[in-house]
Amino acid sequence: MTTEVDGTALAIFIACFILVTVMGLMAARWKRAGSMAKLDEWGLGGRQFGTWITWFLVGGDFYTAYTVIAVPALVYAVGAYGFFALPYTIIVYPFVFAVMPLLWHVAKKNGYVTAADVVHGRYGSRALELAVATTGVLATMPYIALQLIGMAAVFKALGLHGELPLLTAFIVLAVYDYSSGLRGPALIAFVKDTMIYIAVFAAIALIPGRLGGYAAVFHAADAAFQAKGAGGLVLAQSQMIPYATLALGSALAAFMYPHTLTGVFASASANTIRKNALLLPAYTIMLGLLALLGYMAHAAGLKLSDPNDVVPALFNALFPSWFAGFAFAAIAIGALVPAAVMSIGAANLFTRNFWKAYVNPDVTPAGEARVAKLTSLAVKIGALLATIYLPTQFALYLQLLGGLWILQTFPALVFGLFVDWFTAPALFLGWAAGFLSGTWMAWSDGLKPLHTIGFGGTKVSLYVGLVALAINVVVAVVVNLAVKSQVAQPQPSR
Amino acid sequence: MSDRPPRLAWLLLLLPFAGLLWVPFYNFLTPDVWGFPFFYWYQLAWVPITSFVTWLVYRRLRHDD
Repeated sequence: MTTEVDGTALAIFIACFILVTVMGLMAARWKRAGSMAKLDEWGLGGRQFGTWITWFLVGGDFYTAYTVIAVPALVYAVGAYGFFALPYTIIVYPFVFAVMPLLWHVAKKNGYVTAADVVHGRYGSRALELAVATTGVLATMPYIALQLIGMAAVFKALGLHGELPLLTAFIVLAVYDYSSGLRGPALIAFVKDTMIYIAVFAAIALIPGRLGGYAAVFHAADAAFQAKGAGGLVLAQSQMIPYATLALGSALAAFMYPHTLTGVFASASANTIRKNALLLPAYTIMLGLLALLGYMAHAAGLKLSDPNDVVPALFNALFPSWFAGFAFAAIAIGALVPAAVMSIGAANLFTRNFWKAYVNPDVTPAGEARVAKLTSLAVKIGALLATIYLPTQFALYLQLLGGLWILQTFPALVFGLFVDWFTAPALFLGWAAGFLSGTWMAWSDGLKPLHTIGFGGTKVSLYVGLVALAINVVVAVVVNLAVKSQVAQPQPSR
Repeated sequence: MSDRPPRLAWLLLLLPFAGLLWVPFYNFLTPDVWGFPFFYWYQLAWVPITSFVTWLVYRRLRHDD
């Protein structure tokens, strides 16, 4: 792909970037009621975001810049299998509709800011709280690094090399995040999502016309897969269970992450969340159509050594440079929103569930906000250093493990909303069993998302996170039965 | 939430899981629509269907929170 710097594209790109920087800084004053020196205000935007703000914020934060790069890349490389993101981002919403309003109620009533707050409040166990908080931070770090990697792919397409562009973008992110808290990404999300919608709909409306229509696009992709001897327009027999389990496991994990939960907790009401479960699927339509860019790249005859270049290369090849600059800005700004919310979510966890729990239990609200701001900065610096000094593949491996890990917090966070049966030791041991067995399985499978288990004579491959979750739940149930039976036994009389 | 919808209504939310997680339902190329093989338009069609089904449940909730 081209590495020449295109003046027009670069100018448009820089102009868009400056616009959102100014917006991000001004966001500190937006819809501000009380003092910014409170964790509710800095880290949850004052819990007042209505339906539309939440729609943009959660949409901008769940469908990340990395998604925009990686989903078409996977579809380009493997075909139908890469589409598991589509069922995943459909079935997640009935789940959100049923579960997240209950979680919001608990958080609102008790002033909780994080998932670990909820778990501590429900079970009174510092160990379980620490498990949930640590898992959240661990799972979020590589996710932030991936956003920076998505941004780096765009810089490469603009012909910018070296670390300076990434460093600049990072400083922009750090400054507005520090001063504006969650209001920053919430306001920027409006711009970012509008730009992404324009870029994606232009691509799916105009590119197939240039390439002879959708039928021709699918045909070209099919021919490319047949020539390669791998991949295809439908799933191979052996891919069906992996496809379904990846979709289910990802959907259950999606709203356990600190950044998505931050969006939930920042909503003004439970009904805001319900309405969003109805409206957010609009982003899924966009994602499904965006994924087809992977096939369009085949139809356009692009031969790419790095599939992550699919989207930038396609825009460079088929659109005038001003529009390519606009689309790249959309993706790069698209990385700022989730990266900001992720570091805020991780900072909230650190502040509430490490600092307040262990270092300074008497911390004032102003002190909490200060610790959170500094932590969000530290988290971002960590992610930046990881992006610059570690191989990309390392972040991808950690991201895979992160998804598996965060899924293990599901029983601790969700079960208590519906049943009053589980105890803290059972959930803690379940979490530990899922976390350790899952990590071990993924490690011994060479850090692949699928784990093969034998049922009698037949072997089945499943998403490893779901296998670990099953172990987690079984251990929790068995331990809980043991705990309960011990409590129920009459004490021997002396 | 003082009056939840009848439990049966909540079961509607399981429909998308059934429709999408049982892959043999839709792992075909034909019939195609506007050039989209069945595998693709079937899954895309579940987006509005899921929103509609969720709306059916939403309609029966009281929205006082």
